[in-house]
Amino acid sequence: MDVERTYGEVATKARQSLRDVERSPGARKPNPILTADNIRREFGGIIAVDVDHFEVQEGSITALIGPNGAGKTTFFNLLTGFDQPNSGSWTFQGKDMSKVASHRTAALGMVRTFQLTKSLTKLSVIENMRLGATDQKGEKWWNGLFSAVWKGQEDEITEHADELLTRFQMIHMRDEYAGALSGGQRKLLEMARALMTNPTLVMLDEPMAGVNPALKQSLNEHIRGLRDQGMTVLFVEHDMDMVHDVSDWVIVMAEGRIIAEGTPDDIAKNSAVIDAYLGTRQGQSLLEGE
Amino acid sequence: MDWNLILENSLKGFIGINAVYFAIAALGLNVQFGYTGLLNFGQAGFMACGAYGLGMTAHYFDISFWWGIPLGILFSVVLGLLMGIPTLRLRADYLAIVTIASAEIIRLVVRSVKFKTYFGGSDGINGFSSSFRALGNDFGINEADQYGFWPFKFTGRELWVLIVGWLIVAVFGFVVYKLMKSPWGRVLKAIREDEDAVKSLGKNVYSYKMQSLILGGVIGTVSGMIFALDRGSVQPDNYSRDLTFYILTALVLGGVAKVSGSIVGSMMFWGLFTFMDNFLRQVAKDPVSIGNVTIMKSTQVGQLNFILIGITLILLMVFRPQGMFGNRKEMAFDGR
Repeated sequence: MDVERTYGEVATKARQSLRDVERSPGARKPNPILTADNIRREFGGIIAVDVDHFEVQEGSITALIGPNGAGKTTFFNLLTGFDQPNSGSWTFQGKDMSKVASHRTAALGMVRTFQLTKSLTKLSVIENMRLGATDQKGEKWWNGLFSAVWKGQEDEITEHADELLTRFQMIHMRDEYAGALSGGQRKLLEMARALMTNPTLVMLDEPMAGVNPALKQSLNEHIRGLRDQGMTVLFVEHDMDMVHDVSDWVIVMAEGRIIAEGTPDDIAKNSAVIDAYLGTRQGQSLLEGE
Repeated sequence: MDWNLILENSLKGFIGINAVYFAIAALGLNVQFGYTGLLNFGQAGFMACGAYGLGMTAHYFDISFWWGIPLGILFSVVLGLLMGIPTLRLRADYLAIVTIASAEIIRLVVRSVKFKTYFGGSDGINGFSSSFRALGNDFGINEADQYGFWPFKFTGRELWVLIVGWLIVAVFGFVVYKLMKSPWGRVLKAIREDEDAVKSLGKNVYSYKMQSLILGGVIGTVSGMIFALDRGSVQPDNYSRDLTFYILTALVLGGVAKVSGSIVGSMMFWGLFTFMDNFLRQVAKDPVSIGNVTIMKSTQVGQLNFILIGITLILLMVFRPQGMFGNRKEMAFDGR
């Protein structure tokens, strides 16, 4: 059962740009937005991440897959500054990120979400959203008392937040506490909140974990929507159907290394990947309709 | 049983100077603990900064009393930085350990014989507040006169401190309220919920936590100043651990993360405390006994009062964890 998918202009472009990329670990992309070299992270004697070269094509949706303990989330943390590697360097839009503090990455256009959702439960949904906006004048304590200084900006932020909430079909929950949301809604909120930073690269850590099938479909649509709006998406995922469905490019990690790269179809055919890292049963569902 | 006396003292406790300096200190603690989630167990240390800032103007520096205000604030900013720099990058519990230790270190240093020339040792410092009281006289509140009507009768000296104190409560209450409604306050509340999420959205969490610690500390400093001005003296042992924990009790009683909670919580704490104390004292005027067994003597009233306060707090935590003014909805999602 092969789902006939029609690809939009942006998606076709993204796929075309990746057509001639070599199908090998650490492949060079024509237009990388994020690159990493010789990243190594050790926990005691265990080498969690050991990546020689890694590139993410701008304007594409790239999936990072691999079995549990492959080092995907650790790699994510390293790239976003939430953890420090023992060695290595990485750049975002050509800028060296090794010395950039984790809270500065968002202002540069790189935003991430978390595997375990971090919705701020005792803040309302709209307050969660407003928090996402960067460069807020009212976030300086000396401005806090003078609402005239930040009121205008706050209104713009609220408008933007309402737009996003409408797009994510969460507008009816606007004034609820985030703690009252279901697990799936929290995922949506976290994604929408990340978009408040106006990112160019969105990094999603397991966006589908704990989300029911109906919501998965709409989450897929939202992720495609990000790319179609010109953002680059890098995500970690275990759900192979979703990876196959959404991504333009797949990078496979195992034991801290990148072992394969390619389009979802390439990866689905890569018997080494399937046998060694995904197990044969999951391979079948990927190969459906072949 | 003299009910008039009990009523009069309780009402005075309710709005008296103890409630005032507790309210200010609780407001500061609320910024740190209630809004930002920083476990500051050393509010007494910040209060000591204020008190000694005032006291040292007369005792050591020999400068005008009014310099004591910026001096005390300077002390507390330095203290906040000293506490915060090593600990705010770590998990919250480390701050708790460091703050409680710092407050104790301050108390032990200022009462030590070695530094008696600076801080006056265990005798503390007296005689620095005359310019403050002179200002009261200038405003027409004569410190020797009696003002008010039953049950609110105060001497001019008490009244002047009360007026200044409640004005400061109002100002800080307003400032904290406005700040917490601002985007700045939103970042603090978000930090309380989840630091990493806030960091991923591009906020410098470390800097915000430092700002919160210092703002709360400076408010606590002003509370220490009011305390010192009311007593007219600075005693090192007034700034011990139990002071911090009583303030924390008052804060929880009123409800955390609410401005009204810090203020009314402090009033209720002292209203209740004074009522129990006076009531039990009346009861135990003659030793209470059943047959030949003495149950309570008047000297045991103090201890029993603290036991009852403890029980009240336990009951409050069980049946109304959000305090008097806390938001039940906010407390309901505690992830427990």
